[in-house]
Amino acid sequence: MDSEKLTEQKEKRKSPVFSRLGSFFVGIYDVYKFIIRLFKEAFLPPYEFREIMRQCYEVGVKSLPLISLTGFITGLVFTKQSRPSLAEFGATSWLPSLMSIAVIRALAPLVTALICAGKVASNMGAELGSMRVTEQIDAMEVSATNPFRFLVVTRVIATTLMVPALAIYTALVGMLGSYLNIHNNELTSFRAFIDTAFKTISFLDLFSSLFKAVVFGFTVGVAGCYKGYTTSGGTQGVGRAANSAVVVSMFLIFIEEMIVVQIVNAMRP
Amino acid sequence: MKKINHHIDYNNAIINIKDLYKSFGANSVLNGIGLDVYKGENVVVLGRSGSGKSVLIKIISGLLKPDKGLVKVLGHEVDKLNMKELRELRLKIGFSFQNSALYDSMTVRENLSFPLIRNKRNLSRKDVNAAAEQVLEDVGLSQAINQMPSELSGGQRKRIGIARTLILRPEIMLYDEPTAGLDPVTSMEINDLINEVQELYHTSSIIITHDLTCAKATGDRIAVLLDGKFTKLGSFDEVFESNDERIKSFYDYNFITT
Repeated sequence: MDSEKLTEQKEKRKSPVFSRLGSFFVGIYDVYKFIIRLFKEAFLPPYEFREIMRQCYEVGVKSLPLISLTGFITGLVFTKQSRPSLAEFGATSWLPSLMSIAVIRALAPLVTALICAGKVASNMGAELGSMRVTEQIDAMEVSATNPFRFLVVTRVIATTLMVPALAIYTALVGMLGSYLNIHNNELTSFRAFIDTAFKTISFLDLFSSLFKAVVFGFTVGVAGCYKGYTTSGGTQGVGRAANSAVVVSMFLIFIEEMIVVQIVNAMRP
Repeated sequence: MKKINHHIDYNNAIINIKDLYKSFGANSVLNGIGLDVYKGENVVVLGRSGSGKSVLIKIISGLLKPDKGLVKVLGHEVDKLNMKELRELRLKIGFSFQNSALYDSMTVRENLSFPLIRNKRNLSRKDVNAAAEQVLEDVGLSQAINQMPSELSGGQRKRIGIARTLILRPEIMLYDEPTAGLDPVTSMEINDLINEVQELYHTSSIIITHDLTCAKATGDRIAVLLDGKFTKLGSFDEVFESNDERIKSFYDYNFITT
């Protein structure tokens, strides 16, 4: 029996649990190395300002139509669905406060990040993945260009900057949707809506919301780029990279949401 | 078909490979190979698909690390260089990929300018454009400058891929299957281009192929890679006078047009 068959049999005998656990920890270590490299390369010249601007446009401006629609509908529908419960207690005047808390504290960063995970992370996973399997990344490397800095660092910077900006925009559009619904039903004026809505919002709410958006943006960028940059296995691998970029970034976004909410709640007076 | 006589400096080996080993898991690809490439020389590495030919040039360009052995390019041990030194060395090495590896999202002009802009940051936009137009003229595709890679034929893509490497004026050219997937006429045009590049840019080359027409048209020496070792090394005629059945069968299954 030759050595190849022996190795194959040994591999089969290995416990699948240990094997999966092993590859899970190897994966975690690879992501850790990827992030360390990302920070190192981000601060070293030469800086790719033009490519960062291009990526900001791709992530930010090109996501605006989808973000506008989703943000507006979220605000409108959430207001509509909350009304009957508040009406039971004759508290529909609390709707603007409820909406500002819901939209600014939770919905705006979360909805924006989930949309970006679906749109941007999958796009990055597929684009970098296809560049990897068609040797375009190798071509950059052999032409003495640093592909990691050009492709990964610029994209992660773009998502880290643009997701918070989009989250602010989502909050504004969401509150607009909410106002239109409240105005239509309760005939509340714009001034009264703003006064009531922002009375309950503190600096901590605004800060934590923005902080979450920054963390989510970084996560979307890292997940998309990591999955794309490390793609292998031809066109099938590209599909897997795009898919897992979305799954991983959405999973991490929910975990991060939970952690940040716990920390912020502990900080509340 | 043009075969241009050129000067080879046999006292100046610009690539030295000694006792090189590389394996992927249990699959051993290179089993202690050795090769010297001299200044001005075109060496063709001939072998069947999956025999490790491309692995060899990826090790030479630093894309892969050898398991064991010495790979010296222009006097530098490739696997011992740090990233900065490796990038400096890569400026002197051109790598033409099997599938051209053009950047899909960029025009031909942007593809050509990309390595130049990133490596010679003091050049003006005008100089970069002039250099791009010059190399495009050298590969005979001036009209394609504003086209996207998806609008080009296989042969044109190969030419642009070669032009993109030439823009950095390399001393060494590594061609990975330059005629793979091309019709015989286009293949011959690419063979001519390889010889013209050698003449115009005074490069030394390693040409990876399994196409004997390409080997005969471009190679000063042929190295046959079988079972992870160079079984034969010499001129085209010397190699195929061999009594080795594996080399004979390789010859018999190829259609020689020269």
